[in-house]
Amino acid sequence: MRLKNKDLLGLQDLSADEINLILDTAIPMKDIIKRKIKKVPTLRGRTIVTLFYEPSTRTRSSFDLAAKYLSADTIGISASTSSVVKGESLRDTARTIEAMGADIIIIRHSAAGSPHLLARTVGASVINAGDGTHEHPTQALLDIYTVREKKGIVKGLKVAILGDILHSRVARSNIWGLTKLGAEVRVVGPSTLMPPEIERLGVKVFTRTEDALEGVDVVNVLRIQLERQQQGLFPSIREYARLFGLNKERLALADPDALVLHPGPLNRGVEITPDIADGTKSVIVEQVTNGVAVRMALLYLLSGEEDSHEVTN
Amino acid sequence: MKLLIKGGLVVDPLGKIDPAADLLISEGKIEAVEKDIKYDGAQIIDATGKMVVPGLIDMHVHLREPGFEAKETIATGTRAAARGGFTSVACMPNTRPVADDQSVIKFICERAKETGVVNVFPIGAITKGSKGDELSEMADLKAYGAVAFSDDGFPVSRSDVMRRAMQYAKMVGLPIISHCEDKELASDGVMHEGYMSTVLGLKGIPAAAEEVMVARDIILAELTGCPLHLAHISTVGSVRLVREAKARGVAVTAEVTPHHFTLTDRAVAGYDTATKVNPPLRTDMDVAAVKEGLADGTIDVIATDHAPHTDEEKDVEYQYAPFGLVGLETAVGLVFTELIATGVLTPVEAIKKLTVNPARILGINKGTLAVGADADVTIIDPNIKEVVDVSQFETKGRNSPFIGRKLNGLPVMTIVNGNIVMHERKIIEK
Repeated sequence: MRLKNKDLLGLQDLSADEINLILDTAIPMKDIIKRKIKKVPTLRGRTIVTLFYEPSTRTRSSFDLAAKYLSADTIGISASTSSVVKGESLRDTARTIEAMGADIIIIRHSAAGSPHLLARTVGASVINAGDGTHEHPTQALLDIYTVREKKGIVKGLKVAILGDILHSRVARSNIWGLTKLGAEVRVVGPSTLMPPEIERLGVKVFTRTEDALEGVDVVNVLRIQLERQQQGLFPSIREYARLFGLNKERLALADPDALVLHPGPLNRGVEITPDIADGTKSVIVEQVTNGVAVRMALLYLLSGEEDSHEVTN
Repeated sequence: MKLLIKGGLVVDPLGKIDPAADLLISEGKIEAVEKDIKYDGAQIIDATGKMVVPGLIDMHVHLREPGFEAKETIATGTRAAARGGFTSVACMPNTRPVADDQSVIKFICERAKETGVVNVFPIGAITKGSKGDELSEMADLKAYGAVAFSDDGFPVSRSDVMRRAMQYAKMVGLPIISHCEDKELASDGVMHEGYMSTVLGLKGIPAAAEEVMVARDIILAELTGCPLHLAHISTVGSVRLVREAKARGVAVTAEVTPHHFTLTDRAVAGYDTATKVNPPLRTDMDVAAVKEGLADGTIDVIATDHAPHTDEEKDVEYQYAPFGLVGLETAVGLVFTELIATGVLTPVEAIKKLTVNPARILGINKGTLAVGADADVTIIDPNIKEVVDVSQFETKGRNSPFIGRKLNGLPVMTIVNGNIVMHERKIIEK
């Protein structure tokens, strides 16, 4: 089986089978990361470009390492150090990168839909590494991989996504992915940070954290962007932490074996207390490792040569 | 040369409808509308099976000249109008400089005479620079040819300024055209706020951003007695507010665009920037409401809000693209395909909203086939089918969400002041 499209623009477009294909492919990839020599020749001769219009440490280095572990050649372009500052359009930047021979372009951009524009412009495969408040599919894939690895199955699990749902591309991608795989998804956050008609995505909506966490198997805590308070979307960080911060008492309402996820970077003491972030239920560090494995799987699948190469050679 | 249009279904919403009548045009005027006119030496136009209607009027277009000639000029915009079956257009004042003084109004009228192929009626700005603070010299603007006042895309946010504008416009004797949008509520939204904006991760513009201003402007029209025309209303709530105001006897009229009765916010999926328009494409319920408003007479006018932009401006990330789409060349086809063929409007009702109603609102002596009227005539073939092809467009704008859509019922001839300017979907070069 292969992925249907040349691009990965979001989990909305993927079938459950395609999601499972990526997750299954990530299992042997994770083995590679655990080795002393973390390099296979699978993507030798391929060129992968990371095009980041927004600052990022973990997503970018995760993609970069994933490509390098598979022996691809990589270059990174940042908006702040490229012709973008001279006013070059995304379309022209994309054409330039393609003319240099890129096989896969990984884009992060503050504008929703930018990967779609890029995918229409170039013949190379495009991977969405986060577009505005739309989707962040590889983050969701690594979240779901982590959940599946720990719980064995996704179907039937109760997952709560806690925080700023309105601006969260992580939330949207997780909702698409988890519901397609049969999980029950609950979203909880301040009413001013809840997107309109979100329930039509097949989720249960809560504004009281305690109600949402009752009996859940997974709590995915979102980062709260402190600038949202300056925009008047909630009254204060203090009140946010009081109503929506994940602490010991609230986590006690969840299933005793519940997992705690967070896409990072963390505001300790705001959306999550330090004891929970670093506690036994937290899988935040493992998410990072799994991120590399999932991205290796994706690069491999999008390179379209899964039949001609042995992954683990 | 006299023109004799023979055998068409003559639809004059002001007068009677006459199947298979003939229309004789002489010296730029309608000379006769009768059965079986015989006139030697006239150029005969066979209109059998076609509708012969008063020249269509689009009371809401952007011709972009002066200031934004890369997007459109009066020459290209009026050619697009002619191809779309329009013999008259009223152009919005958001040019550079803004049409807020006599020199710009005069310029537009002169350029239209030199380079235009259809009648152009300029709309003057309500406030200087459309900044929303000081009233423009409305009487002067009228003297030089302005037919209405609007700040269009820069709606007057201060209620006290809007009130005075209405008081003054009433004295001057011209209507105020209001683009109803509360800019704070709309914020930096780029599409309708709802399920689709949630899915696409794009910032939404709530329906309330339009409706609170519709309500305010109706209340101010009631206070001042000024005729108020609401541009491109698009929501259930706006239609309801207009319906209620009309029932109370408020001097309010309203228009809807073809894209707002045809498309929903689902068209935004895929992030095609041709779907980025203000007000945004709404929901199924809103589309149903504007159709109902068209059918029951709440909505008086169909206008395009033709807003051309360059490819460079539109071929960018959705949130960075300017609002607007081109509509002149697809309007009639959409009216026939979406409203007439589906039974929302009869042909006569639809033609009214494209002729006599906008003429009445703007106070211009157009929109009729009465004997002695200006010979502005549009011939529409209800049976013609065409796939929208951007390469055939006369407008400079390529920002149409209807490319590739099949339309039934299109204008095949446009006659302006007795001259044929469009024939068989092509502009007749002078």
